[in-house]
Amino acid sequence: MSTQDTFDYSAHVPSNAEKFRQRTLPLLIFAAILVAIPLTGPSRTMYTLMHQMGINIVLAMSYNMLLGRAGLLSFGHAVYFGFGGYFAMHVMNWIADGSGIWGGFPVFLLPVLGFGAGALAGAVIGWPSCRRAGTTFAMISLGVAELVASGAFMFDGFFGGEQGISGDRMNGPQMFGLTLGPISQVYWFIAFWTIVGVAGMYAFTRTPLGKLSEATRDNPQRVQFIGYNPQRVRYMVFIFAGGFAGLAGAMSAVNYEIFTPDAFSLGPSGFILIMAYVGGITYFVGPIFGAILLTYMQSMMSDFTDAWLLYLGVLFISIVMFAPRGLAGIVFGFGAGLRGPRPRAFLITWLTHLAGIALMLIGLIVLVEIAVRWSNGYGEAFAPFGLPLAQSNPLSWLLVLLSALAGGALTRRAARMREAQA
Amino acid sequence: MTLPPALSIRGLSKSFGPARIITDVTLDIAPGERHAIIGPNGAGKSTLFNLISGLYFPTAGSVALNGENISGLPPHQINRMGLSRSFQVSNIFTNMTVRENVRCGVLNTMGLGYSFWSNIGANKTAHAKTFEILERCGLSDKANVPASLLPYADQRSLEIAITIAGDPDVILLDEPTAGMSQSETARAVDLIAKATEGKTLLIVEHDMGVIFNLADRISVLVYGEILATGTPQEIRGNAEVREAYLGDEALPEELA
Ligand SMILES: Nc1ncnc2c1ncn2[C@@H]1O[C@H](COP(=O)(O)OP(=O)(O)OP(=O)(O)O)[C@@H](O)[C@H]1O
Ligand SMILES: [Mg+2]
Repeated sequence: MSTQDTFDYSAHVPSNAEKFRQRTLPLLIFAAILVAIPLTGPSRTMYTLMHQMGINIVLAMSYNMLLGRAGLLSFGHAVYFGFGGYFAMHVMNWIADGSGIWGGFPVFLLPVLGFGAGALAGAVIGWPSCRRAGTTFAMISLGVAELVASGAFMFDGFFGGEQGISGDRMNGPQMFGLTLGPISQVYWFIAFWTIVGVAGMYAFTRTPLGKLSEATRDNPQRVQFIGYNPQRVRYMVFIFAGGFAGLAGAMSAVNYEIFTPDAFSLGPSGFILIMAYVGGITYFVGPIFGAILLTYMQSMMSDFTDAWLLYLGVLFISIVMFAPRGLAGIVFGFGAGLRGPRPRAFLITWLTHLAGIALMLIGLIVLVEIAVRWSNGYGEAFAPFGLPLAQSNPLSWLLVLLSALAGGALTRRAARMREAQA
Repeated sequence: MTLPPALSIRGLSKSFGPARIITDVTLDIAPGERHAIIGPNGAGKSTLFNLISGLYFPTAGSVALNGENISGLPPHQINRMGLSRSFQVSNIFTNMTVRENVRCGVLNTMGLGYSFWSNIGANKTAHAKTFEILERCGLSDKANVPASLLPYADQRSLEIAITIAGDPDVILLDEPTAGMSQSETARAVDLIAKATEGKTLLIVEHDMGVIFNLADRISVLVYGEILATGTPQEIRGNAEVREAYLGDEALPEELA
């Protein structure tokens, strides 16, 4: 013990001030933003959108406990979301009945039960599936998702058949004086549980199990030789990931007051994966970026264009190919570049790159929108900003071609500039 | 009362399909002994380590650690019983810093298990223990360097640091100085000698200078069989060993 007393290691570990600045402060800012948002007097649409964002933030982050932190690629994360949500729906109805112990349970605390249900589902399903990582795990997750999704349409007693289960959140005891009736009150429910979820998952990364999860992702063999069973590490992480997904499920149950078996299907599972990946799975906060952007795209773009899923696909593929560290990687990379040795050169390169991408995007959008309308055959023309771009108009095709070519040239130029700077 | 051997290997054999890699190895290593395994490339030294540490399942025979049978147990259980090993090819957590690597190795002895209710960053004992190990392995000034960016010799030191972090009684080191320069080797040997004080050491080495300095006894493994076991003097004088493995020219001048 003598060396421990004399050796001063404080210089090599983050100081308390650093810890506060890097860890506690961002969370406080996040919380402050959530608290401040209602002051801006958001519209109903805004509230609806933000609630979905809160739910998706927790959900995408819970998924990243597996993919980013444990190296487990799951194709069935919606299953745990679904179980959490369904259990919350049932309890909501028991609360409405007012019978037995449930009569006194506040709706506000349903996410706790959602966590329990998701964790329980994780404990059952994870038992066989966490023995192996890699392809085996991924394939089992896909199989389980299919299995549960088809089961959800069969067992109507629990899942409520195609119309699902609905309920009423305005029952039982209130908490914090919230009736949860008006949408502005539901906001506080969503904000509260979003913060709890994010803070909880962050705390998890700081625990021994959280660290072992990363160690198991990096090198499962070596984990065995420091005295831990990688299968057990994966299994326990899986249970937690299921729990937080279930928490998000219960948030959704309270927000929409309905859950349908569609929640279990592969579509939602894929959407969770895309949110986390587009946001950036190597960063803890990455999935927050992804959840916000994709939720926005999902609800806003689907109003503007039939082709929004196509744009989503293009975004996902572009991120996978050109920005594997996701939106968070782009944002933090931008910050790091500006603080780097040559901020001016970096900014010019970055803007060139951005202009290139924007031009190519314009080309793509014009192409897709013309093509969609052409193929629908309603005779409707794509007319952005009052500029008619019919398929018969040569200007349309010129626009597509020119912006694609110019955009490509600019991005290539940016790449060369970057190389020269390195 | 006499203590059981720290490590007792009985009739250990391993075949991969038709290939017999380890044949009927029997060896007792006393508590506190420093025992070296030497042998030509492909003799089965690493395979022997894999059998002892639980990575491979023996085809026949058994291994006992402090008198308790450990053959057939998974590696993490054997590790928890006090046996730790290093790898011939650095086997570290590349996405973590040096400090985090060692801290992972420390977790188990802190009694932290798979706990998810405590903040590891606030654990002072874990910090102190981590930095004691880093200091001993000459890595404390590189504590916050990502492990993947370490120079080769430091990666080897980190490999040893992770191995000894869990305070094992029995330490298996697989060619810890392979690929090191002379001065790096000298430093590594110093580190190994200090880190294994009062512990049982089984070490695979090619560098004869290192072995004859460090080892109490030596076993010579050739084609998966133990050709001879004895003190450095005995091994040096053993005609069979000289012929089969050492070869006169392989012996360092001053030892020949
Ligand atoms: N998993 C395996 N499957 C098949 N053959 C194996 C396996 N592991 C090792 N071998 C074979 O066993 C033999 C001994 O290998 P081993 O790595 O134990 O030798 P070594 O004495 O450590 O050699 P070196 O000095 O090169 O490290 C080699 O011929 C190798 O190809
Ligand atoms: Mg070897």
